[in-house]
Amino acid sequence: MKEFDPLDNSASIVSVTDRVQPVKIGAPVIAIHFLGDNAAFVCAEENVALVNGAVETARVAVHGGGILCVASDGERIVMGGDDGKVVSLDAKGVTATLATDPKRRWIDNVAIHPDGAVAWSAGKTAFVRSVKGEEKSFDVPSTVGGLAFAPKGMRLAIAHYNGVTLWFPNMAGSAQVLEWAGSHLGVMFSPDNRFLVTSMHEPALHGWRLADIRHMRMTGYPGRVRSMSWSAGGKALATSGADTVILWPFASKDGPMGKEPAMLAPLQARVTQVACHPKQDIFAAGYSDGTILMVRLDDGAEILVRRNGTEPVSAVAWNAKGTMLAFAAEDGDAGLLEL
Amino acid sequence: MPELTSQKIPVTVLTGYLGAGKTTLLNRILSENHGKKYAVIVNEFGEIGIDNDLIIGADEEVFEMNNGCVCCTVRGDLVRILDGLMKRKGKFDAIIVETTGLADPAPVAQTFFVDEDVQKNARLDAVVTVADAKWLSDRLRDAPEAKNQIAFADVIVLNKTDLVSKAELAEVEARIRGINPYAKLHRTERCQVALSDVLERGAFDLDRILEIEPEFLDVGDGHDHDHHHDHDHHHHGHSHGGLKHYHDEDMQSLSLRSNKPIDASKFMPWLQNLVASEGQKILRSKGILAFSDDDDRYVFQGVHMMLEGDHQRAWKDGEPRESRLVFIGRELPEQMIRDGFENCIVA
Repeated sequence: MKEFDPLDNSASIVSVTDRVQPVKIGAPVIAIHFLGDNAAFVCAEENVALVNGAVETARVAVHGGGILCVASDGERIVMGGDDGKVVSLDAKGVTATLATDPKRRWIDNVAIHPDGAVAWSAGKTAFVRSVKGEEKSFDVPSTVGGLAFAPKGMRLAIAHYNGVTLWFPNMAGSAQVLEWAGSHLGVMFSPDNRFLVTSMHEPALHGWRLADIRHMRMTGYPGRVRSMSWSAGGKALATSGADTVILWPFASKDGPMGKEPAMLAPLQARVTQVACHPKQDIFAAGYSDGTILMVRLDDGAEILVRRNGTEPVSAVAWNAKGTMLAFAAEDGDAGLLEL
Repeated sequence: MPELTSQKIPVTVLTGYLGAGKTTLLNRILSENHGKKYAVIVNEFGEIGIDNDLIIGADEEVFEMNNGCVCCTVRGDLVRILDGLMKRKGKFDAIIVETTGLADPAPVAQTFFVDEDVQKNARLDAVVTVADAKWLSDRLRDAPEAKNQIAFADVIVLNKTDLVSKAELAEVEARIRGINPYAKLHRTERCQVALSDVLERGAFDLDRILEIEPEFLDVGDGHDHDHHHDHDHHHHGHSHGGLKHYHDEDMQSLSLRSNKPIDASKFMPWLQNLVASEGQKILRSKGILAFSDDDDRYVFQGVHMMLEGDHQRAWKDGEPRESRLVFIGRELPEQMIRDGFENCIVA
């Protein structure tokens, strides 16, 4: 394993740090999503900062408290908060309250369907609201850890303790349970709809091949995996949780079964965020020491985007075209890089 | 490297059997004019008479960890809630977790040992158990949960003392001490206890495992006695100078000490093996060790199978280099533990 310290040895790595346009959000950022040309920096509490060309154009109040979960389809952002509300925000900065929990329970998870339907969860109940505004709910045996819509069809994956429930909101009594012992806290489908992957409370991922429900155990992480991103075309799943970016191969029909993951961009810091480029085989990774690297999947070549020595990186995102990279650290120090 | 404990948010776990007065204590904490803000994690909404943005309903979901250890349980809901609360850092100074009356405190405590993210942001301050002076003796007989809560406690608020006679109070205190002689005990009516006695205790702070003497030795009961409670006697309900001693049938504490140096290379594997094999029985453990060829005090504490330990500071000049260990648990294999420890003493 090679190691380097960008501060001491910065001559050996290509750097684009001088091309980054700094953005001061001034509050902790938990997620970034692009809405057209606007980069939306979702704060840990109350607000979303809309930034265009490194200039903040609006700060929109979305929640009366902490923002717990965020999802986006590129046209709007949907958020859930500890005020019990599900709120959407579009590129123009217009907000809409999609739902309010009657008991003001925390909205722990949200997801957006490609057709515009929205899902959220509070406690053990998952809710789906169709584009027409029809609302349905489904109870799982324990608190919902994660939600994800399948890329095709109306199917919602609900992660919970000891497995994932696949719910078809439009077909009564059709839920399928994929079991695996332990607490599942995040869930995503592969872009080709062949695999389902969860991040667990233990430092591990678990996967199922949906055609035959074969299990895939992806273990060996020193820390919990909090960030996962599919590479362009879904060939690999890039993940945080170690001091390198761990990439699981998903190109073949067996996925990562029996294969070793690739380990790229090793640093003496934990990877906190990873975001794959939407078109090319490149990813951006943020680390616990504030470093951000752009890395080529093929050969692991690295470009330095942000130096170390700050708070952990809390969000990294590309715009849909892949021409802009936005990032933020836990203290709200943020930036935009145009490529 | 461990983060500075001062930056971590202290978490007080409030337990107690049904009806003991947990909610009374909680309401007192929240209503008192202390200038602090608390995030409160409760199981039954609506009993708290104080408006507070940061009252969060919990589901008390106990999850097993996937490490093949059955007693390695955590509160899954707590992991999630603490994660969410950390987004509102700066809006509160401390967290209080109220458990249901039937809850085992171990999964709550273990959440703070096992979960990396929880550990990064929060630290367990103390387990505070509210006990009902009138009914605790009965509950210790018929409710294993009540016994667990007493055994696990760092602080015991013995409430409703106005409802019992002096003799009954002495009786229930003796029963508590038979299970857990190390917790701080406060006698109260309507949970009237100084908040500094229940909050910011630092009971899980390795630096504050300074004295692990049985607490009952300095209970101000108006007479002097220097009886060392060594658990090498097996009578039930005997008395020493008016202080009654009980030995609970299945829950006990065991204290070990040695003035001779301990061999670290023997002690560490012994302790690891002990908690690995007997961890289900051992609820809490603590120790201060004087190792041979080591000028630093070594301190450790544990919950079931989980241990954490560190070199704490150098032994002071003139300070007796005495090693002391305490185990609180159920059906502890006393002789095996004594022999094992004896074997670690440098001959």
